[in-house]
Amino acid sequence: MSDRISAETVTKVARLARLDLTPEEIERTTAELDGMLEHFADIDTLQLDDVVPMTQPYPLENVFRDDVIVPGLDRDEVLAVAPAVEDGRFRVPPIIGLDA
Amino acid sequence: MADAIEIAARVRSGSVTAVDIVEQHLAAIAKREPEIHAFNLVLAEQARARAHEVDAMVAAGRDPGPLAGVPIALKDNMCTRGVPTTCSSKILAGWKPPYDATVVSKLAAAGAVVIGKTNLDEFAMGSSTENSAFGPTRNPHDITRVPGGSSGGSAAAVSAGFASLGLGSDTGGSIRQPAALCGVVGVKPTYGYVSRYGLIAFASSLDQIGPFANSVADAALLLDVIGGHDPMDSTSIPLTHPALLDVVGQGAEGLRVGRITDLPDGADPDVTERLELAFDALRAAGATIVDVQVPAFEFGLTAYYLIGPAEASSNLARYDGVRYGLRVDAADTNAMYGVTRAAGFGDEVKRRIMLGTYALSAGYYDAYYGKALKVRRLIHDEFERAYQRADVLLTPTSPSVAFPFGAKGDNPLAMYLCDVYTIPANLTGHPGMSVPFGTGAADLPVGVQVLAGTLCEPQMFRAAAALERALS
Repeated sequence: MSDRISAETVTKVARLARLDLTPEEIERTTAELDGMLEHFADIDTLQLDDVVPMTQPYPLENVFRDDVIVPGLDRDEVLAVAPAVEDGRFRVPPIIGLDA
Repeated sequence: MADAIEIAARVRSGSVTAVDIVEQHLAAIAKREPEIHAFNLVLAEQARARAHEVDAMVAAGRDPGPLAGVPIALKDNMCTRGVPTTCSSKILAGWKPPYDATVVSKLAAAGAVVIGKTNLDEFAMGSSTENSAFGPTRNPHDITRVPGGSSGGSAAAVSAGFASLGLGSDTGGSIRQPAALCGVVGVKPTYGYVSRYGLIAFASSLDQIGPFANSVADAALLLDVIGGHDPMDSTSIPLTHPALLDVVGQGAEGLRVGRITDLPDGADPDVTERLELAFDALRAAGATIVDVQVPAFEFGLTAYYLIGPAEASSNLARYDGVRYGLRVDAADTNAMYGVTRAAGFGDEVKRRIMLGTYALSAGYYDAYYGKALKVRRLIHDEFERAYQRADVLLTPTSPSVAFPFGAKGDNPLAMYLCDVYTIPANLTGHPGMSVPFGTGAADLPVGVQVLAGTLCEPQMFRAAAALERALS
């Protein structure tokens, strides 16, 4: 159904992005991304070989603060808005031994 | 009484109370907010309490600051300690940040009164505020039309008189485009001018906070308060900025105003007509009009819609159901990530995460993200050359006046094209602002965009103020 991107690739990308998309969403996203990539091909006409990539607008390098101890966020306040906590820590479902 | 400068002067002199000002704005909210839906949260009690504090300072002979008693609406992607901050997303519904954004602290220190948190396209991704998980905001000029986006709530709040000032964030036009559509002033400063600490990140190399106001001078006042270096934001520029309020009265005499002769097509005739009148107005005010070329302008859209989503896909990885926000339970943590994010994010956010993840993934990185970064440099360098010949450039802000709900249908690209004139300033880091300049089709507001070089806010505000004066 698509020239530039396949449903298989979209499924892989969804897995990389940790997004459980439904089969319908995969199909729709494939069509949408295909349309966008077709438009984005406009930059293929540009001669870019000697152009240096630009990652930030205002060049600042090695921004450090003085190495002084300052108060961090309040632990109770941070944990109060977490989905699940236990013993002053974030609690998550099992990590090891279940998933591939 | 919507003029922030006048409110602050009168509150500081004691000729009006901050409490009265807050009540006037809350009354305006009570009357029209049900049809406009500018806010995710109106902070009526907090605003009243804050106004009392401001009045108490004045009574005690202390100066509350340059924004004394001025009601301000905050886009709901700026952290407010203990007050829900949602980004108009289900994934953050109910989250109360444990800290204030730097801009919020600066507003408090200046005596401002935060009156509410405003609606936005989810995570600031959109140009109409239709992508909010909590329903759209309506344009105060015509409630059958969008207010623009993504900062549509703040634009509508200032336009409707719910707040005297507003703050938005602009990643590809999200302050300037809704300002144009709602008939108010909106400014995206130079990247790094305002601290992003506490602004929930969308695309970190493009995001910038800026003001909404009813006048150019009010916008200058607010930017003077929120601007400046912040050690909490390593990308904030370590310089002191000149007071913009001092330059807005200086006129456009001697300014070189650039016309981009190869500007991409697509603006409606009513919009281009207003732009021509804007050039005439600045010429009449003593400016010189010069022609400049920015051949890569048209490629901005592609560069932006690769770089923005790429950065977003990385920034939004933090919404994993572990530390804050929504969690949907599953048997193991990896499965929990996938179902939580699928349930918490809306369609546009998912679309951009997918696009960005794809553009960054092995095998496609060079073809998409890497190439987009080169186009970004190309556009930057062309604008730098243009700013050697011109102090400011004028373009339309938005290709059209406010459009009806659903007008862009299901076609994401049609919506993305709303940003064609605003995007380059985010890619380059240069400042830009939208000034209301009369009306177009259906008697709706038209904005003219004033662009300038890095840290050339003074020239930009001079030109904007001259346009404003030409209309009055």
